[in-house]
Amino acid sequence: MNDIADGLSQAVNLIVTLNPDVMQIAALSLYISLSATILAALIAIPAGGFIHFHEFYGKRALMILIQTLYSVPTVVVGLVLYLLISKAGPLGFLGLLFTPAGMILGQTVLIIPIMMGLVISALGGVDRNISDTLVSLGATNFQKIVEIIKEARFAILSAVVLGFGRAIAEVGVAMMVGGNIDTQTRVLTTAITLETGMGKFGFSIALGILLLTVALVVVVVLNLITSGISPDSPWMRGGPQG
Amino acid sequence: MIRIEHLTKAFGSKELVKEISLEIRKGEIFTVIGPSGSGKTTLIRLIDLLDIPTSGKIFFDGTDTSASENTRLLIRRRMGMVFQKPAVLNVTVAENVAFGLKFRGMSQQEITRKVPEALDLVGLFHFADRRAPTLSGGEMQRVAIARAMVTEPDVLLLDEPTANLDPVSSDMIEDLIVRINREFGTTIIMSTHDMIQGQRLADRIGVVMNGRLVQTGNPGEIFYQPAGGEIARFVGIDAIHGGIVTGNQGGHALIRVGETFLEALTDLKTGQRAVLFIRPEEVSLTPADASGGKSSVRNQFPGRITKLVPSGPFVRVIVDCGFVLAALITRRSCTELELTVGTTIVAGVKATAIHVLPDRDDRTAV
Repeated sequence: MNDIADGLSQAVNLIVTLNPDVMQIAALSLYISLSATILAALIAIPAGGFIHFHEFYGKRALMILIQTLYSVPTVVVGLVLYLLISKAGPLGFLGLLFTPAGMILGQTVLIIPIMMGLVISALGGVDRNISDTLVSLGATNFQKIVEIIKEARFAILSAVVLGFGRAIAEVGVAMMVGGNIDTQTRVLTTAITLETGMGKFGFSIALGILLLTVALVVVVVLNLITSGISPDSPWMRGGPQG
Repeated sequence: MIRIEHLTKAFGSKELVKEISLEIRKGEIFTVIGPSGSGKTTLIRLIDLLDIPTSGKIFFDGTDTSASENTRLLIRRRMGMVFQKPAVLNVTVAENVAFGLKFRGMSQQEITRKVPEALDLVGLFHFADRRAPTLSGGEMQRVAIARAMVTEPDVLLLDEPTANLDPVSSDMIEDLIVRINREFGTTIIMSTHDMIQGQRLADRIGVVMNGRLVQTGNPGEIFYQPAGGEIARFVGIDAIHGGIVTGNQGGHALIRVGETFLEALTDLKTGQRAVLFIRPEEVSLTPADASGGKSSVRNQFPGRITKLVPSGPFVRVIVDCGFVLAALITRRSCTELELTVGTTIVAGVKATAIHVLPDRDDRTAV
C-alpha cells in the first residue's frame, strides 16, 4: 500500500516539476510514435485505397492476411526486424539497430496492417450510391477516388488514431529494436518496464500517467479537428446517414 | 436525341434488360414504367453510361457511346442523373451542387455564380450553407436535382425520383420536372413504378416488363389500349378472357362472353377469339330497377356485387354479370346507391370504352 501512495506522490512531483529525464523520455516517445504514425498513414491510406478501388485475384486472401496481422505480437515484429537490421542481417549496413530510426521503422511496420485494414473498411463504408453519383456527375476515375477518400475522412482519421495508439503503447519493438538505451532509445513503455524492475515505482507511475496523458491529448486534438470540420455532423462517420 | 439498339444487360446468367430498342426524342418527357424489378433502373443506368451493356448500342446525337472510355465520359457529362435514393456527400448543400462544375474544371467564379441559381431553381436557395446529410429525403432529392441541373445537361435522367417520398414532396418534385422540361427544354427520361405518375408527366411512355420493352406510346395508348394482358393489369385493368366475335359490321362488333353479348369496336372477324379490357372508371353502375333504354350506353349487364374494395376516396366494385367486371366509383356514390355485397345492379359500359385484342392464349401477348 505504501509503495502505491509513495509512488503516486513521487510521480506527481516528477511531473509538476517537469523532471528533465521524464520529459525527455516522453518527448522521444511522442517523436517516434508520431513519426511512425505519419509514415504508416502515408503508406496505408493509398495502399488501402488501391485495394478498395481495384478488383484483383487474391483480394480476399489479402484482406484476411491484413486482418490477421492486426493481432501480430509486437515482439514478433521486433524479432523479425532485429534479424533484418542487426549487423549480420541483410539490412545491417543501414545501421538502424538501437536507433530511434529503427524504432520508427519497426512501429511503422507494426501499425500498417491495422491502419490499412481500417482504411479499407472506411472506404467500403461509403455508400455505393455516392460512387455512382460522382460518376454520373462527370467525375473521372481519379476525381471519384479523391472524393470518396474525402467522404470517408472521419473513419480514416480514426484508423490513424488507432494506429498511433498501438504504436505509443507497444513495448516489444521498442525494446528489441531500440534496446532501451538511456537518453537515446528509451521511451515511456520501455522505461516503465525497466524502472518497475528496479523498484522505482514513482518514476514508473509518473511515466504511466504521462503515457495516458499523451494519448488523451492526441485524441482530444483529433476530436477538435474533426468537430471543427463539421460541427453538426455525426462524428467519425464515413458516409451520410441512410 | 438518344437511340438505343438491341440493348441487353446480363449479370451472370440473369438478363435484366433484354433486346431493348428505343428512340428518345429531343425535348420530350419519356417515362419508363413497369413493376419493381422489371429492369427500369438497369435501363436508366445504361443510358447514363454508368454500366456497360452486354450487347447492343446506345447512340447519343448519332455518336456511338461505346467508342472509348473518354467518349463515354464526355457524353455522360452532357447528361444529369437523379437516383432513387438520393446520395449526398457529407459537405454543405452548395458544395454538393458544385461537384459537377468542379469535375468539369469550371472556375471558382463560375461556380459561385451558378450554384445559387441551381439552388434557387429547386427552392433551396437559403439552404446553401446547411450540411447536406441533415436534410430531409425530399430536400435531398431536390439537392440531387439541382446538382444534376447546374451543369445544364441536354438530358436529365431520373430513376424513380419520388419512390421514397411523401405525397407533398412528391408533388413538388413532379412540378419541378415539368418546369425543367418546359423552361430549359431539357429532354427528360424518368422511370417510375407509379403508373399514374407516369401518365401525368409523360409525353410518351415505355412499358418495361421482365427486362423487355413491351409497349411504347402516348399515355392514352398505354392506359386505354394496352398491348397485352400483363400491361393491362399493370395499368389497372383486369382482362376479360374467353370472348368470341359473333358478328362484325364495319368495325362495330358483337362479342359473346359466356351467355352475355357485348358491343365493342374492333377489326377482329367473326369467329375470332378476343380478350376485352375495360377501365374500371369507364364502368357506370345504376340500380337494377332504374335500368332500361334510357341510357345511351349500349352495353348494360345486370349482375350481383361480389366484393367492395375501398381505395382512398374511391371504391372498387366487383360485379359478377356472367363475367367479372370491375367498376371504380366514388365513396359517396357507393353510399348513395346503397351498395353492399349481394346487391343486384346494372353495370354499363360504352362500346368505345372496350379495348379488344385477339386472344392468343398468351396473356403477355404483345
